[in-house]
Amino acid sequence: MTLREIKELLDAEVLVGYDQLDKEIKTAFGADLMSDVLAFAKAGSLLLTGLTNPQVIRTSDVLDIAAIIMVRGKRPSPETLRLAEELLIPVLTTKYILFETAGKLYAKGIVGCMERVDDERAFS
Amino acid sequence: MTTNVLSHETAIYENSFPVEGGTYENAGHVSSQIKALLKRMNISKEVVRRAALVTYESEINICSYARSGKIVLRVTPEHVTIEAIDEGQGIVDIELAMQEGYSTATDRIREMGFGAGMGLCNIKNFSDFFRITSEIGKGTHLKMVIRIDKDFDGI
Repeated sequence: MTLREIKELLDAEVLVGYDQLDKEIKTAFGADLMSDVLAFAKAGSLLLTGLTNPQVIRTSDVLDIAAIIMVRGKRPSPETLRLAEELLIPVLTTKYILFETAGKLYAKGIVGCMERVDDERAFS
Repeated sequence: MTTNVLSHETAIYENSFPVEGGTYENAGHVSSQIKALLKRMNISKEVVRRAALVTYESEINICSYARSGKIVLRVTPEHVTIEAIDEGQGIVDIELAMQEGYSTATDRIREMGFGAGMGLCNIKNFSDFFRITSEIGKGTHLKMVIRIDKDFDGI
């Protein structure tokens, strides 16, 4: 799916990255714990999270996360948005809760960046 | 006679980056910088990602627990070496600190999405070589080495 299709599906608002909506997304990871994101999320994945602080952007930069969807209607601080703009990471916000967001994406063919944590550690 | 393989290698890049302790204002800044630097050196995405990841967790630790610190990056044709050296309270029980789930984090750290007792485990898991030493009241020293595999990484 493209980020544009994801935006429509989740009735999301684009906060950063209007110019990156053609990006193709195949996998996703959802968590509010950045250490888990660092341990398990894979490059090119979509990150679903309820956290809005600048460390979400830093974490995404470190991992080459394709885009961030902030769930439960969360809106980041101007500081977070500035960092996302600087590091060219798209940020969208949706009013759907994490469970619904994940379900809608899964139904459209987006899969987890891993199925179980014992499948493999996120080394790629 | 034992030989230190790493010391035989000529560094193609070496630099030290200061990290401010006790604040999150710039937390992750050094990691982003180091990531961009390594990318420009044409090192494989995989190595860059792991190096950025261990730097980032180390940087968060310095911001969270130390008075001040620095990240030292050394790149040779064979390895990326990252050292995180801080001046701070040190770690009382390293074995305990290395246990997944153990943490002394404050609520502030947890609000940022860290402090679940995974940082040091992540650092160890994503390094090929990891060493931690600490002195109470003085500080902590982490050394992480990530191997550059020329065939695998294609550089």
